[in-house]
Amino acid sequence: MSAPLLEIDDLRVDFVTRRGVVHAVRGVSLKVSPGETLGIVGESGSGKSVTVQAAMGLVAAPGAIAGGDIRWKGRSLLGPDGAAYGRQVRGRDVAMVFQDAMTSLDPIFTCGAQIVEVLRAHLGLDGEAARERARALLELVGIGAPERRLDQYPFELSGGMRQRVMIAIALACEPELLIADEPTTALDVTIQAQILELLQELQARLALAVILITHDLGVVAGMCRRVSVMYAGRIVEEAEADPLFERPAHPYTMGLLRSTPRLDRTEGRMVSIEGAPPDLRDPSDGCAFAPRCPARLAACAVDPALAAVAADRRAACHRPYADLWGAAAPSVAGAASGGW
Amino acid sequence: MGRLVAVRLWHGLIVIVAVTVTVFVVTRLISNPVDVMLPLEASAADRAAFAAALGLDRSIPVQFLDYVNGLARLDLGTSLWQDRPALTIVMEHLPITLLLVVSSVVFAILVALPLGAIAARRPGGGVDRVTVILSLVALSVPQFWLGLLLILLFAVTLGLLPSAGAGSAAHLVLPALTLAIPTMTRLIMVTRSQMIDELNAQYVRTLEAKGMSAWRVVAVHAGRNAAVPVLTLASWEFVRIFAGYTVVVETVFAWPGLGRLALQAIERQDLVLVQAVVLVIAVIVVVFNVLVDFAYMAIDPRIRLE
Amino acid sequence: MAGEADRTGGMLRELAADGSALFGAVALALLVAMAVLAPLISPYDPAEQVLRDRLLPPVWQAKGVWAHLLGTDHLGRDMLSRVIWGSRVSLMVGLTVVLLAGAFGVLVGLAAGYYGGRVDAALMRFVDTVLAFPSLLLALIILAVVGPSMGSVIAVLALTNWMVFARVTRSVVLSARQLPYVEAAEMVGGRPGRVIFRHILPNLVSPLLTLAILEFANVVLAEAALSFLGLGIQPPASSWGLDVAAGKDYLFIAWWPVTLPGVALAITVLAMNLVASWVRITSDPQEREKRFARVVAASKRRAAARPTPAE
Repeated sequence: MSAPLLEIDDLRVDFVTRRGVVHAVRGVSLKVSPGETLGIVGESGSGKSVTVQAAMGLVAAPGAIAGGDIRWKGRSLLGPDGAAYGRQVRGRDVAMVFQDAMTSLDPIFTCGAQIVEVLRAHLGLDGEAARERARALLELVGIGAPERRLDQYPFELSGGMRQRVMIAIALACEPELLIADEPTTALDVTIQAQILELLQELQARLALAVILITHDLGVVAGMCRRVSVMYAGRIVEEAEADPLFERPAHPYTMGLLRSTPRLDRTEGRMVSIEGAPPDLRDPSDGCAFAPRCPARLAACAVDPALAAVAADRRAACHRPYADLWGAAAPSVAGAASGGW
Repeated sequence: MGRLVAVRLWHGLIVIVAVTVTVFVVTRLISNPVDVMLPLEASAADRAAFAAALGLDRSIPVQFLDYVNGLARLDLGTSLWQDRPALTIVMEHLPITLLLVVSSVVFAILVALPLGAIAARRPGGGVDRVTVILSLVALSVPQFWLGLLLILLFAVTLGLLPSAGAGSAAHLVLPALTLAIPTMTRLIMVTRSQMIDELNAQYVRTLEAKGMSAWRVVAVHAGRNAAVPVLTLASWEFVRIFAGYTVVVETVFAWPGLGRLALQAIERQDLVLVQAVVLVIAVIVVVFNVLVDFAYMAIDPRIRLE
Repeated sequence: MAGEADRTGGMLRELAADGSALFGAVALALLVAMAVLAPLISPYDPAEQVLRDRLLPPVWQAKGVWAHLLGTDHLGRDMLSRVIWGSRVSLMVGLTVVLLAGAFGVLVGLAAGYYGGRVDAALMRFVDTVLAFPSLLLALIILAVVGPSMGSVIAVLALTNWMVFARVTRSVVLSARQLPYVEAAEMVGGRPGRVIFRHILPNLVSPLLTLAILEFANVVLAEAALSFLGLGIQPPASSWGLDVAAGKDYLFIAWWPVTLPGVALAITVLAMNLVASWVRITSDPQEREKRFARVVAASKRRAAARPTPAE
């Protein structure tokens, strides 16, 4: 196993609001190695975006990193030295693609200018060389007539094209890790599929490590080898994708899988997880999911740590693999090919 | 793009006409320069003769037509007070007012933009709080009083600068400062609040994720995005000063410009000169606004292309 | 949602915590008290001229006397009394103008926002044209021609200041009308009057309140400028602007006739700006949250910058 690229070690992030301190991330640890694809799945408020934003140094007031460490190739990205190191690494070795390309791109600069900016800052490219590379990047991400697009502004492009431009910017300096934060959520379904296909292609071609963040299990199924499921600021299950979908260990994962509608099966009633996520201003000492969990025990008043429940699988549960919502979760082999 | 300019010019024309008509009607309807200009003992017959000589005995629409005719020939009438072509008098005083106004606004911009940007980077921090407090104070102070205070400080107490007139560069300092200070503070507040908004925008996250330096984020990206509202305020300030507050400041400093001329003409009820001043100011403002429109288009491609 | 009493209590706490806003509110209250109680607390008749005592400096300077705490002007009139009575003029003019301009402007804005379409376009064209007038010049021209007095000053200032009320009202009405619950009320057949009163007006209260306070401050400054130029309040009435003008000629030998009325003006306007700013931030939940976050971040920075005891 080669040395990990990104390591997040017991990260804690807090947000200070008028109504109290929100503990958005409560002890998250994860690792990404070269060429590896990791999916982070969770609902809104689970802390998945904040975790990677912390890694990219994007957490600012009223939020602050309250504990833990984030390391790139063994060197910390926190603290004053870490911040300087981080600024070198960001954009060049690690790059991020955001959810809404319309607001994530500067509206008054051309697409070409926004790509060239990264090339100039990190690779020292300029003039014709930079422009040619930018054009090549647009071609790489599947944008037709790239020469013309270079001089166009974000508002002149369609949603899908804008997202491709964002990906082009991210790949400009040939990063080793690409973080995609809900890259398809703001897009139409057909465009979603195209963008995901593009990401998969690029990942294979450029041997990128990818962290894909989403609330949509279908997105993760086709692309990621490993999946971490987050709930209420913590990782509740970690496994390889196929075993996870085949037989989830944590009740939350089970609930997510069972509540996802499927075209290839007719079912009676759909399953939904009762209740709502906890208020992270005052998280309880016990398992955060317990109030909503059909399998809860008295023991769940004590917070279960993330522990191994099988080879290369971990779950934070006192009662993993409980038989909930009828038979064990059906195979999702169909979903793995991305077919809905 | 041409359409935008044409629309702006058309609106400007409407404003010029409206202002001209308003001033024309108000002055001729209510005031009576004859009484002001003739000695008290003048007889009714003398007054009537005088009024006839000035053309003031005709009906207002007729007088207005006459006026418009004159405009076509660039003849804005003869000043009742100085007995010279009004346009000439106005043109004599215009450059020195423009000098004052332009220096004030430029100075204000040069100071306000960096200060506003710095304050925005750390809202609630030291520079920000001091800036906000000083701005609030500077905005609460009446402009004429500010001018007098500056005279009190620099001319009376320290004896460093002259208090009146327009002979040299030193004479420009205090009046320009008086005009610049309120403008500067408003510009700082707007720059600051726009920059705070821009720095919170999503595209700034992208820039940071790209590893761009703080300087580039603030000066190149956020700054240019914030520019349109800031430019709007700056142009509004220019107009506010040029079309109004020069009267006050030029009076305080005895600066021989258009504003002081206007006040003197108003006090003497010299309708012709007042009309001329108002017209020239209105035209300059309209032209200025068109130029600002061009600037908008250069800054923000969305304005240019939509 | 917290109860009404809780909200008011919370607001007062926030006001107290915000030092500058508290200063503004207190200063404003004192000012109003001064204006209302002027006849009772003014030591002299502000128009009383005692030429023997002209240009006496304030009590803390060499030749000052206790009888005239803030000194006298060039006609021997007591400065303190003139400042006190001057507040009456400023507040009266400010209040009247804001009420008149506000009433007219809000009506225009309501009509434009509610009826929309051609009515809106026509009204806004009108507003924009009037806004483009050089208001100070026009005010001077009209006052010179009509004859300056408290009444004409109020009328002229109202004429030149109603437009901003129209614009703000219209924009609030337009955005309120797009709110689903207002659309619903209209569709169900609510009469225009009822829709306006029950659904739109509540949204108007806080922006208009902020605007009214700011405009009040503007009008106070405008009246002072007009009086300074000699075309506003006329002697022997006391107006701060008028007093500054009178003192101008003696600037080289006496600083207080110019400075003291100006200080009064500045404090008045500053107080109003502070209160308006506080009202604006407090009535907008997002702004309130932002302010809180900034204060916390700044205090954290200060705490971090402080050297630890061991150093």
